[in-house]
Amino acid sequence: MANGTVTEVVLERAPALTRRPPESLAAEAWRRFRKHRLATFGAAALAIMVFAVLAGPLIYRVPINEIDFKAKLKGPSWAHPMGTDDLGQDILARMLYGGRISLAVGVAAMLIALTVGTAVGALSGHAGGVVDHTLMRITDLFLALPPLPLLLLIVYLFRDVLKKALGPEAGVFIMIVVVIGGLRWMPVARLVRAQFLSLREKEFVEAARSLGARPFRQVIRHILPNAVGPVIVAGTLDVAAAILAESTLSFLGLGFPPDIPTWGRILFDAKDNLDFAPHWAIFPGTAIFLTVLSINYLGDGLRDALDPRKVL
Amino acid sequence: MSKYLLRRLLILIPALFGISLVLFTILALAPGDPFEELATNPNVPPEVRANLRAQFGLDDPIAVRYVRWVTAMLKGDWGFSFVSRVNVSTLIMQRLPTTLFVLGTAQLLGLLVALPIGIYSAVRPYSIFDQIATTFAFIGFSLPTFFTGLLFILFFSIHLDWLPFIYRADLTSTGWRWAWEMARQAIMPIAVLGLAQGAAMTRFVRSAVLEVVRLDYVNTARSKGLSEKITILKHVVRNALIPVVTLVALQIPGIFTGAVITEQIFRVPGIGSLLISAILSNDTPVIMSITFVFSALVLLFNLVADLVYGWLDPRISYR
Repeated sequence: MANGTVTEVVLERAPALTRRPPESLAAEAWRRFRKHRLATFGAAALAIMVFAVLAGPLIYRVPINEIDFKAKLKGPSWAHPMGTDDLGQDILARMLYGGRISLAVGVAAMLIALTVGTAVGALSGHAGGVVDHTLMRITDLFLALPPLPLLLLIVYLFRDVLKKALGPEAGVFIMIVVVIGGLRWMPVARLVRAQFLSLREKEFVEAARSLGARPFRQVIRHILPNAVGPVIVAGTLDVAAAILAESTLSFLGLGFPPDIPTWGRILFDAKDNLDFAPHWAIFPGTAIFLTVLSINYLGDGLRDALDPRKVL
Repeated sequence: MSKYLLRRLLILIPALFGISLVLFTILALAPGDPFEELATNPNVPPEVRANLRAQFGLDDPIAVRYVRWVTAMLKGDWGFSFVSRVNVSTLIMQRLPTTLFVLGTAQLLGLLVALPIGIYSAVRPYSIFDQIATTFAFIGFSLPTFFTGLLFILFFSIHLDWLPFIYRADLTSTGWRWAWEMARQAIMPIAVLGLAQGAAMTRFVRSAVLEVVRLDYVNTARSKGLSEKITILKHVVRNALIPVVTLVALQIPGIFTGAVITEQIFRVPGIGSLLISAILSNDTPVIMSITFVFSALVLLFNLVADLVYGWLDPRISYR
């Protein structure tokens, strides 16, 4: 009787609490995410950018490699909204096309980093013992390597062979994506391992184990879904880091060839003409900056939204 | 302290071994002959090429080649540059001081920016100052160094015509005039690198101080009548810096990315720009050695971070 009245009183006094339908995890995360205003702006800016590079070349049908020496190094005008480069090629068209590659490199490298990182972290955290120790030492070793010099070394040693084997575009793309992703998996591996170490002792995993779930099923069905929040955040930030890494490579003249105008590559071509064609450098630079800024804000918002301990 | 230092130094040995193993694996996995270029390069006589092949023992089994390569590196015999035909070690030693000067000054500038701003932000969280500082820190660490570098050149060299945008190692002037020209040409690379570092560090400092400032012992310090200045500087900051050092140490490998880019943009004659020109001219021994030097520098800076750690946290140094 006493119990009943307490429940009734609580129900009566908090009608909102009972009427609100149970939220799914994604819905709750979205509700929390929207409270981070800058993250919402970041997501919107990013969505616009992705839409622009996907649909842009279909609407703005200026070829990226039409050479017109009469219009070379012109500033922004109605005919060329972002001006032209030293061959009279339209910069907006090149930016839209190159943006596709820049963003694709970011996403693909992130997927590789996440896959390798999750696999290493899960194996390490679940197996323990010698396997764990060895994998963690390897992770530490990779964390101590300076990424850019190593990236340059690998590009230098492998680019010609891959170009020959897969053609200039696909070869360079695959190499850059694999190398950037292959040098960024370590934080994810550490994160996943830490999650595993705490989760595998939890009661629900023990319950699954005592019901006879095999190790693989325990990992895939029970542990990984609970470890996914921080991994999503790390993955988001990895996209930004990969875009920066690709731009850096291309900016140094060691990434994509000139007929694939990624944003970094446009900057590389523009940097020697700064004094009479500043627009040529400012547009792609700003595009890289805004993309990275949006992704970083997005990651910040996701971190708040996906951390259940944080009260919003 | 000396025992701690010794232990840290001993840890460096397996780390260096691991790094050499990674670098050698990459080189060995690379398809084709890394000295193939020499066959087509008319500047290199065939004897030199044969000597090189013998020196590197390219036809031996891989384990033998690794041991030989490592012992040669340890002896300081890093081969010689294909392009300039000097010892790689001489070439690197000529340029290393410039890189260390720019990097070190930039780190210092980053700390000088990050410490006061981060601490002040955290002491007055969500104030106007904090919001502005946090926004700028976020922007600063999202700005790629290659873009900031170009913007600096555009503004300070081309628009205002205040600063030279090419760094020259062969300044002919002496005395005060030399110092003045040096400062003028070094200010942009250092600022670009230092501000990027400072932006990232400001975020670390702010969140670390924010964690510490609400702990009970800080209230104790205040309530026993210490001034706010002493409380923050002596009680809060010293403890807050411990996690900051950890985070900065994790950032160390990335610092060299910025160093390579700024050296390339401003044509600073350091090992970063040497690396790029070596890649453009297929100078394999130089490329391998510089990558190794960069990795060794990462370990060295990590060692410094460990020592700072021991100084900040007295519990560590006695272990």
